[in-house]
Amino acid sequence: MIGALMDDFLIRAALAGLGVALAAAPLGCFVVWRRMAYFGDATAHASILGVALALAFGMSIFAGALVVALVMAMAVSTLSGRGVAMDTLLGVLAHSALAFGLVAVSFLQGVRIDLMGYLFGDILAVGKADLAVIWGGAVLVVGLLAWRWQALLTATLSPDLAQASGIDPRREQLGLTLALAVVVAVAIKVVGVLLIAAMLIIPAAAARPLAGTPERMAAVAVGLAALAALAGVEGSFVLDTPTGPTIVCVAALIFALTSGAAALGRAVARR
Amino acid sequence: MSLVETRALGVSIGRNRILDHVDFAIEPGEIVTVVGPNGSGKSTLLRALIGAVTPSEGEVVRAPGLRIGYVPQRLHIDPTLPITVGRFLSLPRRHSAPDVRAALEAAGLPDLGGRQMGDLSGGQFQRVLLARALMEKPDLLILDEATQGLDQPGSAAFYRRIEEVRQEMGCAVLMVSHELHVVMSASDRVICLNGHVCCEGQPEHVAQAEAYRALFGSGTQGALALYRHDHDHDHDHAGCAGGHDPHAHGHEKEHQYGATR
Repeated sequence: MIGALMDDFLIRAALAGLGVALAAAPLGCFVVWRRMAYFGDATAHASILGVALALAFGMSIFAGALVVALVMAMAVSTLSGRGVAMDTLLGVLAHSALAFGLVAVSFLQGVRIDLMGYLFGDILAVGKADLAVIWGGAVLVVGLLAWRWQALLTATLSPDLAQASGIDPRREQLGLTLALAVVVAVAIKVVGVLLIAAMLIIPAAAARPLAGTPERMAAVAVGLAALAALAGVEGSFVLDTPTGPTIVCVAALIFALTSGAAALGRAVARR
Repeated sequence: MSLVETRALGVSIGRNRILDHVDFAIEPGEIVTVVGPNGSGKSTLLRALIGAVTPSEGEVVRAPGLRIGYVPQRLHIDPTLPITVGRFLSLPRRHSAPDVRAALEAAGLPDLGGRQMGDLSGGQFQRVLLARALMEKPDLLILDEATQGLDQPGSAAFYRRIEEVRQEMGCAVLMVSHELHVVMSASDRVICLNGHVCCEGQPEHVAQAEAYRALFGSGTQGALALYRHDHDHDHDHAGCAGGHDPHAHGHEKEHQYGATR
């Protein structure tokens, strides 16, 4: 019975969701800790321009999205140190990149594009090659985070503390920027450009009340993100809803649950 | 060789010239304090020494393999980042559980390893910052107004701990302080900074210097005197009131050196 339910494409969808959860959740912790939520949004929105370019030049969507996301992330990273008001800058860049991307896509002729598929993801259409790319990217990102973990954490707490210990905070920031571009590129198929930032931030935020150390928060975030991915794929199949948004809905419900429980716990402790 | 040395260091941020032609060096085991008014570039100097600020002129030379322990002015930990005291001590390099326990014990905080950093009091937080800086057994300990926000007994206890640390570990200490009495009691050398080095030398020498008085006024002399021996107290006031009498100056100096030695 379960075998009948879990058709091949559903298994692939579940695996794709798990791959994105594995990479996005721990990276999302850094995005939350460093208050880079808008940064994630800008990078993700810009990647639609990459999709358009990739389609125009017959490149792989993944490569196109990766390159544009990388350019965007580096641009924001560079500009951020120059005294420009960050939220304004990111607001301008994020939405204009999205708009230019959408306009660029409309110029493409002869290619029938399901724009919705890139905006909200098309996880049920994930093929074996897509799975390889998603898991390859996920392993790369998790490997990078594990390798630089101590330095990243120190630089996140205080760039000066890191510098005094011989860690270059700008280099660590660059590593995070690279990881962000990779996650954006691999997550387009799964949740689409509009909801990638949700997969970064919601699991991390949901894990916060359950964790006393950074490591635990990252681990719990991975678990919650995986749960959201699996329940979202299953739920979208049963309810016949779009899969990407369903995954994000489940994550949001988990967030409401853990935050609510934490608030309740504090109220009880105060009595 | 010196632990860290700056040669004609200049730092500009935007159009503002923060530091100009600063020659500075600190030797092993020395306690040096930097004093100066707000905006005089004290923190910028420290940040240039640790490499967080790129000099626009001159250079900063660190001894090869130099280990720096840095205690920042304040550290804001984002509430979204959960971190226990024990975990904090293991940054940037991990340390064994017994080492972390020993460090907490030395800092006088034996039972706080599992506490969240955000739940500490101001004094406990500063002690943990210091303990973390000492985990790497630094050759040079750098403190940037580390007692800001502590009350008088709290900061006195903090500086006693610094003295102990120097005796135990033999590291050099470089600190920025507004608390001028600390300068007098605990430093081997004082540097008076206001964009450039106004004057430097032994604490008593700097307290007498024209440049120092121009910056801090003679009012602080009275405040300084409170923390001195009684017989210095009188001389100090005399020196302050009759500031142009060369004999009074010389006389006072002798007495103070006698008192500190």
